[in-house]
Amino acid sequence: MRTVLFNELLSVERSFLCLRKGIKMAVKKTYDEINQKIKEGNAVIVTADEVLDIVAEKGIREAAKHVDVVTTATFGPMCSTGAFINFGHADPPIRMTNVLLNDVPAYAGLAAVDAYIGATETSISKGIGYGGAHVICDLIDRKEIRLKASSPGTDCYPRKNIETWINLDDVNEAYLYNPRNAYQNYSAAINTSDSPLYTYMGILKPAMGNVHYCTSGQLSPLLNDPYYRTIGIGTRIFLAGAQGFVSWMGTQFSSGRKRNENGLPNAPGGTLAVSGDLRKMTTDFLKPAVFKNYGISMFVGIGVPIPILDEEMMSCVSVSDKDIFTSIEDYSFKRRDKASLGTVSYEELRSGHIKLGGKKIPTAPITSLHKSRQIAKLLKEQIGKGEFEITRPVQRFPLDNTLKSLEIKSKGEK
Amino acid sequence: MKTKWLLTFSPEMTGEPVTYKLIKNFNLKINILKASIDLNVSGSLLILADGTKNEIDSALAWLKKSGVNVDSGDSQIVWNEALCVHCGACTAICPTKALSLDPSTWLIAFEGEKCLECGHCVPACPIGAISNNKGLHNV
Repeated sequence: MRTVLFNELLSVERSFLCLRKGIKMAVKKTYDEINQKIKEGNAVIVTADEVLDIVAEKGIREAAKHVDVVTTATFGPMCSTGAFINFGHADPPIRMTNVLLNDVPAYAGLAAVDAYIGATETSISKGIGYGGAHVICDLIDRKEIRLKASSPGTDCYPRKNIETWINLDDVNEAYLYNPRNAYQNYSAAINTSDSPLYTYMGILKPAMGNVHYCTSGQLSPLLNDPYYRTIGIGTRIFLAGAQGFVSWMGTQFSSGRKRNENGLPNAPGGTLAVSGDLRKMTTDFLKPAVFKNYGISMFVGIGVPIPILDEEMMSCVSVSDKDIFTSIEDYSFKRRDKASLGTVSYEELRSGHIKLGGKKIPTAPITSLHKSRQIAKLLKEQIGKGEFEITRPVQRFPLDNTLKSLEIKSKGEK
Repeated sequence: MKTKWLLTFSPEMTGEPVTYKLIKNFNLKINILKASIDLNVSGSLLILADGTKNEIDSALAWLKKSGVNVDSGDSQIVWNEALCVHCGACTAICPTKALSLDPSTWLIAFEGEKCLECGHCVPACPIGAISNNKGLHNV
């Protein structure tokens, strides 16, 4: 009930944080005004790290007047990543049914020469040493890729087999389409068992030997726009060096999570589906990741500019690591809902160790803060040079989405 | 001064109390980091030796005269800075903070002299930027 009221309030006012902090709304800037200032070279653009000092010095209202855009970024492993490719037609043509790219299977249950190569797919000859993420990076690096495809053959597509070499510039289209990136928050991982665990969160040492966490905290896009006011469908973003777009809400979008007084979920919340042209990307910001005994993932670099429309947006971007909390989940608990051992702030995680049950436990990130900062700075420069326009989302995300679980049942069973 | 040595012995030498002699005859403080014997009874011993320059030099001369192969350097572990994305996945795995993140730049640094040669960082790196391919050189 509380959540419903709260969301209604948001949809009307969109000034939740300001109401809560007793800040009256007086500043008002439109997307057009901000883009005009960018064009004229008068816009003030800072990163989500840099804005903290400005707010500390000037306060929310003056900072909101002064700053026009705040850049956010993240660079971490995001498994739900992949690329659509259209290979062009051979002569005679083939309706590709089974497709291999450097021995990595791509999904081809689409039109004749369309395929989707997922980052986590593994090579049929090399296992997890080479996979979809490697194929995507090899394409971007303009390496030749071995394409093998087969088909039953049809009247309109008579060819049954093809073996050839492709490269990124020869294919018709190649674009990244990632169904779930840029998690709003993510639980930190620990292992209470007596043997090591090899996970997508890295190696977790036995007996609570380490804690791994994986967001860029105060720099992370959705932690700076907790209610998705400026980040929605159509938002132009930095995607692995290219200008990409938010194409949909990400899968497992969980905006209805309980939130703290800063409006932030203490557990995985919203996510983004993003897309962008592979030809304009660079492998400086897209890298295959191989996790021992788990498999392949992909480091994806994402940057999102947040226009400071009013005091509310300035309140949102002024959160720092000490205001952002996450739960610590025990990965040795081999069930869907893992046991939580408590909540910590990103400030504590960033200090290098946390105290849990009287024990001092080393902490380590899986998200590169160095790369995230690099992206936030690069985006700031691109906007400053007038190369990157700020876009108003064409559709906002729902605020009450909750996660469904998969139940095992017989047909017709409720 | 401290020096890290990887001693490799022929099968004939494996019975020799080499560590005892390094302590007793050359007054070195020895910290054994790793010891192994393979199926052909070739042995290797990774040690941190602490002594004066004179003591270290004399011990090294004796080891070579005795037919022990000596490799030296900061660490067997090689961290490829050019490949590294500075995520941090290796840092809490490392027991001695030889691999660490700078708290202001958030860049990884590798200090070989702190390395215990456990090798746990090698599979912990998702990028494959850390390898265990003997970053030591023959002396």
